[in-house]
Amino acid sequence: MKPRFFRSIAAQIALLPAWLIVIFAYLGTIAWTIRISFTSTKVFPTYDFVGWKQYERLFATDRWIISGQNLFIFGACFIIGCLIFGFLLAVFIDQKIRAESVFRTIFLYPYAMSFIVTGLVWQWTLNPTLGVQQTVRNWGWQDFTFDWLVRGDRAIYVIAIAGIWQASGLVMAILLAGLRGVDQELWKAAKVDGIPTWRVYLHIIVPMLSPMFVTATVLLATAVVKVYDLVIALTGGGPGISTEVPAKFVIDYLFNRQNVGLATAASTVMFVTVLVVLAPWLYSQYFRGQRGRGA
Amino acid sequence: MKHMTKAMFGAAAMVALMVGSAGAAEKAEVIHWWTSGGEAAAVQQFAAAFNAAGGEWVDAAVAGGGGDAARTAGINRIVGGNPPTAMQFNTGKQFDELVTQGLLSPLDDVADAEGWKQHINPLVLAAVTRDGKIYAAPVNIHSNIWLWYSPAALEKAGAKAPTNWDEFFAAGDKLKAAGIVPVAQSGDAWTQVLTFNNVLIGAGGKDLYYKIYKDLDVDAVKSPEFKKVADIFAKLRDYTDSGMQGRQWNQATAMIVTGQAGFNFMGDWAKGEVIAAGKTPGTDVGCIPGLGNQEFWIGGDVFVFPVNKDPEATKAQKLLEKVLLSPEAQVAFNNKKGSIPVRDDVDLSKVDACAAQGIALAKAGNVVESTDILISPDVSGSFTDAIASFFSDKSKTSDDFVASIASIVEGAK
Repeated sequence: MKPRFFRSIAAQIALLPAWLIVIFAYLGTIAWTIRISFTSTKVFPTYDFVGWKQYERLFATDRWIISGQNLFIFGACFIIGCLIFGFLLAVFIDQKIRAESVFRTIFLYPYAMSFIVTGLVWQWTLNPTLGVQQTVRNWGWQDFTFDWLVRGDRAIYVIAIAGIWQASGLVMAILLAGLRGVDQELWKAAKVDGIPTWRVYLHIIVPMLSPMFVTATVLLATAVVKVYDLVIALTGGGPGISTEVPAKFVIDYLFNRQNVGLATAASTVMFVTVLVVLAPWLYSQYFRGQRGRGA
Repeated sequence: MKHMTKAMFGAAAMVALMVGSAGAAEKAEVIHWWTSGGEAAAVQQFAAAFNAAGGEWVDAAVAGGGGDAARTAGINRIVGGNPPTAMQFNTGKQFDELVTQGLLSPLDDVADAEGWKQHINPLVLAAVTRDGKIYAAPVNIHSNIWLWYSPAALEKAGAKAPTNWDEFFAAGDKLKAAGIVPVAQSGDAWTQVLTFNNVLIGAGGKDLYYKIYKDLDVDAVKSPEFKKVADIFAKLRDYTDSGMQGRQWNQATAMIVTGQAGFNFMGDWAKGEVIAAGKTPGTDVGCIPGLGNQEFWIGGDVFVFPVNKDPEATKAQKLLEKVLLSPEAQVAFNNKKGSIPVRDDVDLSKVDACAAQGIALAKAGNVVESTDILISPDVSGSFTDAIASFFSDKSKTSDDFVASIASIVEGAK
């Protein structure tokens, strides 16, 4: 044990700054945030202890409940939508079409834009008195209605659509890399056997690409949890509070509404939720894997 | 070697320049949220006055959300130890915590020298005083309780300017029939809160307003008077258009300036937009200081001056405090802004017809303090959520609204 420790001492020293950052900057601030969420802090930290009061208020707040539901709706639509569209785009480009690089650039282009720009573009496009609805009405269809952006029960889907438009290109790029790695012999074999192309994709290629799908899903999922700027630019949380999301709740209470205690309680709940969702996956990835290797 | 000498000369010249400019003018970085046409023209008056007094105004305007974004940015910098020279707040409780933490400098020395205590409206002075010390420089008095209307649009629809809520809805129906948007409303939550307070004071009266925001009286919320307010506020939803979402307050005001809409509930800063469009408030755009009950709402803007370690910045702060409340700058700024000056020793003869109505109300004692003075930003935020979610969702009934306001008032005690 000892010689091995000394051998790796140089490596340990090299890793020290990283460890310090992890311990103080990440774990330390997480612990501090959780501590603050049990206090009555307004703007500046006070270290009293008020128990679960902030959490009770949090879950009695309509806006927080709506934020949670919205995150779920947005997350489901956004991830599934991006995976489907991204996959279709990747398959389309994989057909050895002409000017492939042009299409690839076009599809990936939205991803190069910030969420703020995406949000503004879609806000103008979908504003009933400025955008698509008014244009079609001006063409003569007076009854044409597309007002999802201003309807409280639909606006969250508009945000998901804007998100899908932006991030599908990324999924496409990841999956395309996977498709290009598929052995051409496989296609030839499938052709010889007379299997229709769509079945090859569905039953052979998709399972082969599952690591790519996992990568894409993880990237998209992190975007879901931190979604903030897209909502700000597209709806500002409106109509009313119908498109509020947890990240916006935290930011609003952190500064403008001057209730850091409640904001930290909200971020703690976000953190715990992410942890609960990730725990089974982490377990299967690391612990079960290790045991498997050990045996 | 030659290159290095050159570079060193260059650096030396740069340093000299920087030192030179620091000595020449007292730099003041000011965070504010006055970004619309009329507002920008108004703040320009302060900048010009400050520059003329030997300072150098560095504008740090942050747009959006009725000041939400600017306050977030400013508080963040103060807490982070890199404070601006001055930053804007609304008159009221928004900067309480900063005072408690000793992050703001008291202004009493300048205030005594400039006679603030004798000449500033006592309600405003009380709103910036904590434990006997003045912690903010109030620059204007704004009333939120205004109903603006387009005489041209009303005439086209064959309607008259209303004097009560029944007449208002009658006029609204005529406007609708004439194909004009009855109420130009912004989708921003704070503007919907403003509209609600218009209804609360106009239809419910001053007593009900104080019972709810000051006494936090749940029985008042459950009273028939408040139900009436909720019903009117609910009915207003049917008089707005589908373009509300994503519209800024100044775009809503522009709709009545151009006659595209009949009515707009907005504070008196709307006048700034009217003037910027080359129209005259009072004639081209009509004003009613509260429909039903007329009151003058005492709110407005203040500047706070964060504690600073840099003596140059402190000097700039003192100069800025003096300039902001000098009678000349007060008149120049407020005429552009649409508000009335906080000092009573300034020339009020040049105010427009609408401001004259407001001043008359204030003199008669028909005043209410703004919600920013009465409730904390936290409670105010809860009201905002409830009001905005009710106003933009027509499936919610006025009973739902009463219940949600009651639970906020209960929780705020």
